[in-house]
Amino acid sequence: MSDVQKPEVKEKKAKHLLNDIVVKHYQDAWDAKKKGEPVGWCASNFPQEIFETLDIKVVYPENQAAAIAAKGGGGRLCEHAESQGYSNDICAYARISLAFMDVKHCEEMDMPQPDFVLCCNNICNCMIKWYENIAKELNIPMILIDVPYNDEYEAEEDRVAYLKSQFDFAIKQLEEISGKKWDQKKFEKVMEISQRTGRAWLEATGFAKYTPSPYNGFDLFNHMAVAVCARGKEESAIAFEKLIEEYKENVAEGKSTFRDEEKFRILFEGIACWPHLRNTYTKLKEAGVNVCGTVYADAFGYIYGNTDELMKAYCGTPNAISYERALDMRLKVIKENNIDGALIHINRSCKMWSGFMYEMERDIREKTGIPTVTFDGDQADPRNFSQAQYDTRVEGLIEVMAANKEKKAKAAEGK
Amino acid sequence: MSVDHILEKFNLDFDEQIKAFKDEGKTLIGCVTAYVPEEVAYAAGMMPIGLWGFPISINKSKQYFPAFYSSVVQSILEYGLEGKLDDFAALMIPGTTDSVKSLGQNCKRAFKQFETINIAYAQNRKLDAAVDFNEIQYKKAKEKLEKIAGNKITDDAIEEAIKVYNENRRLLCEFSELAAKHPQAVSPLQRSKVFTSRNIMDKKEHSALLKELNKALEQLPEEKWKGVKIVTSGIIGSYAGLLKIFEENKIAIVGDNVLEESGVCRYLVDEDSGNPVRALAKLISDAEGTSILYDVEKKRIDIIIDLVKKYNADGMIMLMLKFCDNEEFDYPIMKRAFDEAGIRALEVEGDLQMTDYGQASTLIQTFIENI
Repeated sequence: MSDVQKPEVKEKKAKHLLNDIVVKHYQDAWDAKKKGEPVGWCASNFPQEIFETLDIKVVYPENQAAAIAAKGGGGRLCEHAESQGYSNDICAYARISLAFMDVKHCEEMDMPQPDFVLCCNNICNCMIKWYENIAKELNIPMILIDVPYNDEYEAEEDRVAYLKSQFDFAIKQLEEISGKKWDQKKFEKVMEISQRTGRAWLEATGFAKYTPSPYNGFDLFNHMAVAVCARGKEESAIAFEKLIEEYKENVAEGKSTFRDEEKFRILFEGIACWPHLRNTYTKLKEAGVNVCGTVYADAFGYIYGNTDELMKAYCGTPNAISYERALDMRLKVIKENNIDGALIHINRSCKMWSGFMYEMERDIREKTGIPTVTFDGDQADPRNFSQAQYDTRVEGLIEVMAANKEKKAKAAEGK
Repeated sequence: MSVDHILEKFNLDFDEQIKAFKDEGKTLIGCVTAYVPEEVAYAAGMMPIGLWGFPISINKSKQYFPAFYSSVVQSILEYGLEGKLDDFAALMIPGTTDSVKSLGQNCKRAFKQFETINIAYAQNRKLDAAVDFNEIQYKKAKEKLEKIAGNKITDDAIEEAIKVYNENRRLLCEFSELAAKHPQAVSPLQRSKVFTSRNIMDKKEHSALLKELNKALEQLPEEKWKGVKIVTSGIIGSYAGLLKIFEENKIAIVGDNVLEESGVCRYLVDEDSGNPVRALAKLISDAEGTSILYDVEKKRIDIIIDLVKKYNADGMIMLMLKFCDNEEFDYPIMKRAFDEAGIRALEVEGDLQMTDYGQASTLIQTFIENI
């Protein structure tokens, strides 16, 4: 190490860099719109490599719906969609988005109206219905990358071939919409950057393996916005690499962005309860419970070495895979991150995520021995959540985790 | 034989039919909802049984599904958990919607007594690559059925099965036309039973009965219908309680866009194509008018408007399957289009467990009073 003292430069914290990226992302879309360029609405897990290569600007309805819900506007917009005839049974992100399409302005989070939509159903088929409706209502083109649900463990050649053909078609459609030409070299560069971002994101989230974790698990729900909307941008890779550095420092110094003593480490299963984020978080924080595992955040870290692997990676999102593979994902996180218990969100908005979660809960308990509880909630509709039920379930979980810890401690003393 | 007597023959009990097939030594293959390649199982000499849910209470299936899943998938799982599908060798489950995808995974976990054959579906279905993909998935399903059958399923046998199924589809379409002309003779509930009995009958026998029925209906003199004529739409149309209310209020169903009814017969599989498995896969690309297949144009709307015009119907009733988000996404846009076209539209929510249709009855009465 050099003894030379470096000039003190106040560097921006990763969280500020990440925030700047999201702000710029949306500003770029507004600017493009003003210039008359077509702007798309895009599904969170759509292969961003395609439009990043073509330098086409998109914004993310899921991201927007989550932000609106977190800022308290979810109920208002859900009710607006219901007044348009939509059932309160359908996904609240979709209801918020369809309402926004109608009102065209939202004080909690605005974004430009779409000239086309980019849909990918590797999280659910509900995405297709939602985007069909936007395209039909606004009479704009819909570009679909269909990822059929995979009952097999791995994505095989049949899926790769189908996806490749859809990539070709999507590129053709987007060339027509934007007037821009596909550049294979640029695509390769975008893949390279996306890989760097993906690896950095996964490495950063992977720091939860340390006890105590160097970060508050709820931080990921904020940071993941960049993993959703700017995976193909170099600044995203740089910001996540910065996050890694900060986590490394925290580990070395025994610090964490989880400010209290980390008494328990849990797996939070499912999408955050955005309208009640503070309440769901506070209850855990007060008891020293840190979220040290999710599969949701990691879902946006796509790792691949070539185009075929890219296709397979997009087939590997949590809701597109078989029960067996989905279970293995959870077991891996529980084992690697030294998890004490699992808190499972039965999300009224997400049929796909909740559809086999009761069986998954039984299996997790049986295979790992950790306690698990479920609670009923919703990713964006504030009406589908009961604080009392949540509190009782979390207290029950803490009780069992505490008893398990005590048992372990006594066993260790006995040795 | 009178129309009534023939119609009586379509009133079959699921459990009794299953037992009868079992006694005959048939291998039973459950085919969950639409677009399952039943013909492949039929070609193997097996008996495909259509599963569209059961009017039973939901208890055990709550261990698997949250309450916000449709009664179709909940009750199929429930029936299995009650041991009432134990005589089946396999269930074929299509990955067409989020609900059936989850059913497929839950069945795999819940049932060891029979095999679960989950089939993936390409939704970007107008692309050739989608037909290629679906063909491969059907071939994978075929291999699993061959293992159960213990022998190969030949292309000739599948071709023959396609013809048997196509004939059944043509006869059902004919029946639908005739039922529209003779609402006095075919009640809404009977109309539904003619369609749904195909799920639990050998298609050749069902077709033979249909021929008899259609012939008898053709011979009836056409009478002026003094009630209301409507077109229905939905996933399932066999809500017995609701259909009785239709009958009480002199509502005749003159056409439908119900997946379980005309949805399974309106499109035919290409015959003598030289590649019968691909022909079956191509049906997914050819079919229109349903919420469960990708359709950005929502062609279903024009299909219903055309039906209303063709049969001079007084309006349409949407039979909304509770918790079916595919349908719930479609309906607001459909409703607006019907309003613009001057077609009266009513949405009635139902599920297979529902016995109290008091609210629906009031809605329906108000609807027809305004016609």
